[in-house]
Amino acid sequence: MRIKLKKQLNFAEGKGMLDIDTQIEDGSFVAISGASGSGKTSLLRLITGLEKAAQGFIKINGETWLDTANQINLPPQKRRVGYVFQKYALFPNMTVRQNLNYALEKNQSTSIIEELIEEMGLSSLINEPPFKLSGGQQQRVALARALVRKPKILLLDEPLSALDEERRSSLQDYLLKIHQNYNLTTLLVSHDMGEIFKMANQVLVLSAGKITQAGTPESIFLNNRISGKYKVSGEILQIVPSDVVFVVKVKLGNNIVRVIASQEEVLDMRIGERVMLVSKAFKPMIIRGRKA
Amino acid sequence: MNQEFYQTLLITFELAAITTVFLLIIGIPLAFYLSNTKTRLKPVLETFISMPLVLPPTVLGFYLLLAFSPESALGEWLLTTFDIRLVFSFSGLVIGSIIYSLPFMVHPIQSGFENLPRSYSEASYILGKSKLQTIFRVLLPNMKPSILTGVVLSFAHTVGEFGVVLMLGGNIPGATKVASIAIYDEVENLNYTAANNYALILFIFSFMVLMMVYAINGRGIKANEF
Repeated sequence: MRIKLKKQLNFAEGKGMLDIDTQIEDGSFVAISGASGSGKTSLLRLITGLEKAAQGFIKINGETWLDTANQINLPPQKRRVGYVFQKYALFPNMTVRQNLNYALEKNQSTSIIEELIEEMGLSSLINEPPFKLSGGQQQRVALARALVRKPKILLLDEPLSALDEERRSSLQDYLLKIHQNYNLTTLLVSHDMGEIFKMANQVLVLSAGKITQAGTPESIFLNNRISGKYKVSGEILQIVPSDVVFVVKVKLGNNIVRVIASQEEVLDMRIGERVMLVSKAFKPMIIRGRKA
Repeated sequence: MNQEFYQTLLITFELAAITTVFLLIIGIPLAFYLSNTKTRLKPVLETFISMPLVLPPTVLGFYLLLAFSPESALGEWLLTTFDIRLVFSFSGLVIGSIIYSLPFMVHPIQSGFENLPRSYSEASYILGKSKLQTIFRVLLPNMKPSILTGVVLSFAHTVGEFGVVLMLGGNIPGATKVASIAIYDEVENLNYTAANNYALILFIFSFMVLMMVYAINGRGIKANEF
């Protein structure tokens, strides 16, 4: 898939030009990362055709969806995109099954629906209206609905951000399964580094409408030289004298770590100050979470 | 109560029913267009639709009378090409009522469209559905309270109109005489009992209709809280 798009937009930093030029391998799983207001959602909406680019083209599997130079601009209906909205966008007047059926094309066999119900674990929910489902269930229905048309590309606009950790992890597994079963090119907007490592094989980092970094998750997030030394930043909570030394309590995320410091070191430290904690680990232990 | 009494009521409700049906057919696409358009003409369009809210009905009736009269270009053209005479006729009343009640249909439906999350229509387009399919299968079914409000208000407002009907219809018994004008007639003739018969029916009717809207919409809001 080849994308080259230009459009005037309002970014977090003010007016600017979205200017994207990239190539996406068929069947790859791409994470799109970047601060809010950097153009991630706009990029997805331009691919769907819900928004119109001022200039550029989109070519996918030999089809041209957009080519402003040749006046080609397929409407969203003709673009075979699967799109999962952040807020699900299930139709409240239809049950789960009716929502899925709605997505069927003329003369398309309903076997795909049975397949997706099975695959996404929806069989107990098919007759429920969407508002009776939990966030994770709604998201699974939205994902299934997006796949009914057998799209050429699946676009996910932070579909997991509203879910708690456990549901998130289970939906990530569903997404990976779908991606593997259908070999579907997938673009996922995400901020979560863990999620990106788990899901994506390619990352695009956007800033003010431009791709500032592109590559594998490893090359982007682990580009510091790998060594046995690791750094974490934290905040000083308390400095307590203890015999001849001082104990400094530093908050690292949700943990509080006690560090021994000498009187000289403590001299310029202030409570509330942001500091960097550096440690050398010769053989750090890796303990896996729930799944271990 | 004589035959004219029933005839007048029948014409009143017939006019309101026909007007409401036409308003639905005109109002839904118009409201959808207004809720989606980005044209700079939108304020002008909205002003035209809302004019009957502030304009004295006699003004509207007067201009329609001029426009439809056989002496005017439009009236003459209608008469010679289609043999349609809109002045002092029931069909003229229907057209006048449609214009007069237009805001009461368009406003609730427009705000109904605008209050639905944009993602409903966008999701539907991405699923390959046309605008028409989206409107009838996704949007309208999710804004039933707005449609009901539009239908009921247009119907009730048409039943209650006076100025336009008087100017354009001319108060012909059995053809263009409606209840609101009949009340005025009866009072002028000091026939208070007959006036009260009409007035009481209109009063009860209006009360019931509004109560129905509030009762149903109140329930609808509770069911849609999610």
